[in-house]
Formats: sequence, structure tokens, C-alpha cells
Amino acid sequence: MIEIKDIYKSFGSNDVLKGISGKFEAGVTNLIIGGSGSGKTTLLKCMIGLHHPEQGSVDYDGREFTGMNFEEKIEIRKEIGMLFQGSALFDSMTVEENIMFPLNMFTEQSRKEKVERVNFCLERVNLEGKNKLFPAELSGGMKKRVGIARAIAMNPKYLFVDEPNSGLDPKTSIVIDELIKELTEEYNATTIVVTHDMNSVMGIGDYILFLHEGKKFWEGSNKEIAHTDIQELNDFVFASRFMKAAKGKF
Amino acid sequence: MNFTNFGRYLLLLKAVFRRPEKFKIYLQAIFKQMDFIGVGSLGLISIISTFIGAVMTLQIAFQLVNDFIPKTIIGSVNRDSSILELSPTISAIVLAGKIGSAISSEIGTMRVTEQIDALEIMGINSPGYLILPKIIAGITMVPLLVIISMFLSITGGYIGGTLSGAVSPAEYIQGITTDFNPYTITVALVKAFVFGFIITSVPAYEGFYVKGGALEVAQASTRAVVVSCITILACDYLVTQLLL
Repeated sequence: MIEIKDIYKSFGSNDVLKGISGKFEAGVTNLIIGGSGSGKTTLLKCMIGLHHPEQGSVDYDGREFTGMNFEEKIEIRKEIGMLFQGSALFDSMTVEENIMFPLNMFTEQSRKEKVERVNFCLERVNLEGKNKLFPAELSGGMKKRVGIARAIAMNPKYLFVDEPNSGLDPKTSIVIDELIKELTEEYNATTIVVTHDMNSVMGIGDYILFLHEGKKFWEGSNKEIAHTDIQELNDFVFASRFMKAAKGKF
Repeated sequence: MNFTNFGRYLLLLKAVFRRPEKFKIYLQAIFKQMDFIGVGSLGLISIISTFIGAVMTLQIAFQLVNDFIPKTIIGSVNRDSSILELSPTISAIVLAGKIGSAISSEIGTMRVTEQIDALEIMGINSPGYLILPKIIAGITMVPLLVIISMFLSITGGYIGGTLSGAVSPAEYIQGITTDFNPYTITVALVKAFVFGFIITSVPAYEGFYVKGGALEVAQASTRAVVVSCITILACDYLVTQLLL
């Protein structure tokens, strides 16, 4: 479980996060949603230590992360898997080398064991046999899946996913969403997905935290989200014509 | 570099020299960088050094045409100029353009495409993993390139001088072998070591802190070359002042 308490973050005079708190349980898909500029990605980066919040704390199963020194953070980070918005695969490495990279760095496994693990991860994301391709040779959806394969290579306890569906077609988006949900349940991982894709919200949002202008406006599940009377949330969820038309059916 | 940048540069270097996570992986990266910096620059350095040596001989011959000055002086002036100044400094400036821009763009692109963030999330000391192999390769390969450059520059002088008839082969060889002070080689290698460090660390710094996209990466690359060249010239003066 990851617990955030009263997170504040600003860039110059721009207050991006204004006291966000929340609890993200293991084994369920936790979503952070909100419009562009609402602070979703900043909150995610504060949670994983890429940004340092001015105030507040982040606890990983009771271990206070924000106050840790570099070496202590490394121990937590070995338990984290992350899929970046642009996949962030290493351009100079093949798919196999990308997935093997954390294994090379942090395990003493033999080459054979590492290749087996890579093949298992690739199989898990339906990319068997793509070991020797370079990221430039992959489609957007394949890059995301390789990113997921790399994220699960070390059996993560915590899985962070930033905008998994950006730039993907609706069908591939659903495949990625389902994969994230399956892996969360399989590894009993604490998964946090930052998204503004309503298909993801309705499809895999076990717990949803809605941000608006840097504040937490609402939290609940995808079953509850269509039945709130919070104007800002309704404006966000039912922004599209399709969602407006389908409003009564949820 | 203003003081803020210099402070950030020092803090980055502190992070670069943290204990590596796995020596074997770093060693592989060092060899790869040695190949890129050393072997990859050999052709360019060879061509430039040979021509500079040849041109130097012709210019010295042109300026020292006097019955009271023996022609052997052409060889000795060319030798000392090549060893003390031309080979280390010109090689370093050329390498700052070739290697510096490549390092800055590589690391800058990794920054804007979140690859550096990915390394940090994995628990890897990204400055160490990305920059340390480049610095080690720089401080070992640049002195080697400078040694080759010295040899080729003096050889280029011989070829240029004899082909043009500015100096006879015997006079040139007598010139380069007379009153040779081996200490000049030490000075040149100290310079090469310092320049190797600058050529790799300054562009790495510029690339590491890029914010934005392709335009900012390109700007950082240009800045890396400019700052590296100015720093090389300033350090050239300092080292010369200290050692000679």
C-alpha cells in the first residue's frame, strides 16, 4: 500500500499540488485522473521521487520515502516498476537488452536465467520473439508493452503507469488497460495509473482519485463516478458527446 | 558558466563519482566509450595533425628566411609547437566539436525522452552510469590521441617541408632531434588529460540538465561545444603558466 499525506508542490509561483492525500491499496488498479494541468503527473513524480514535494510525505508500506537518503531510496526503487508516457525505452538497446537491464544491474542471475526471464516477460505482454528488435522498429503499442515488460522484470511491488493510452488507438488502449489490470492482480502490486482516458476510468478504475486545479476533489470507484453531483467531476467525465449520451446507462 | 552553473556542475560531478552499482556493466560502457572517443576520432585527428604540421613548416620557413638563422630551426620550432600547443589544443578543440556535441545530444535526448528518469526509477545512479564511462574514456583516450597527433604533426612537417623544398630532409631531422626537452611531452600529456576531462564532463553537464524538446537539445549541444572550447583555452593558459 502507498499512502500520500498532504502533498504540496509548486514550481516558482505556480502552486501545482495543494495538499493531496490518499491511500492506494495493493492488488487493485488505482487511477489518478484530472484534466490537463491538474497536477496528475507532478503527483506521480512526487511519489516516485523525481520531484521533491515542499511538504507532505509518501509512505511505501509504512516506509517514509520522502525523508530517505539516496541509498535508502534505491532499496525502495528496486521494488518499483514504471511505464512512462513515451515508454522511455533505451534507444541504443534491443528489446531484450532493455528488459534485461535491471536484471543485469541488480541481480546475480546467469545469462540463461536472465534470458528466460526476458522471454517470460515478453510472453506475458504478447511479444514473443521480438527480443532482437530495437525500439525504433516498434509501433507505439509495442513500445508500451515492452515498457510494461521491463517494468515487471524485477517482480515489482509497486507499479506506476503514466498515461498508458496516449497516442494509441482505442483497441490497443483496451489491450494495455487489461494487461495492467491482470498484472496488478497477478503480482498483487500496488498499481497507480495516471490517465485522462475515460475508457480506462470506466474499464479498470477500482479506486479513482480525481484532481482539479491541484486539489483532490473526489475519490471513489468507477461504479460511483457517474453518480456524483460534483460539477467539476461531471464536467470532466461527461465532456464528450458519447459520454453525455451514455450518462443514464451507467 | 556562471556561478550557479558551476555549482551545479560540481554537484553533478559529485554524483558521477559515487560508487558504481556494478563494475562489470560500467567496464563494458567504458570500453564502448573508448572505442567511440579514441578509435572513432583517430581518422579525423590524423588528417588534421598531418596538415597542421605541414602548414606550420611552410609558415615557419616563410617567416624565418634569414641567412643568420639555420634552417634546422624550422624542425625544432615545429616540434616544440606541435608538442606543447598545436597537438593538445587543436586536437582538444576538434574533439570538443565532434565528441562534445555527440555526448550532449545523446544525454539531452535521453533526458527529454524520460530515459534518464527511467534509470533513476530503477534505482540506478544515472549521472554515474551515463557520465563516468565517458569521463574515464576521455581522460585515457585523449592523451593517446594527442601522442599520435604529435607524431603525425611532426611527420606532416617533414612531408610538407621536403615536398615544397622549404627545408631539406636532413636539416629537418637535425632540427627535430636537436635540444629536445622531454619535459614538453609531460606538459602536453597533462594538458591532454585536463582537456579530456573537459571535453566529456562539460557536454555531459549541458545535456543532463536539458529541459524541453528537440530545440533545447540542439541549443544545449551548441552551448556544450562553445563552453568546452572556452574552458579548454582557459585551462590551456593555466596549465602552461603552472608547468612552464
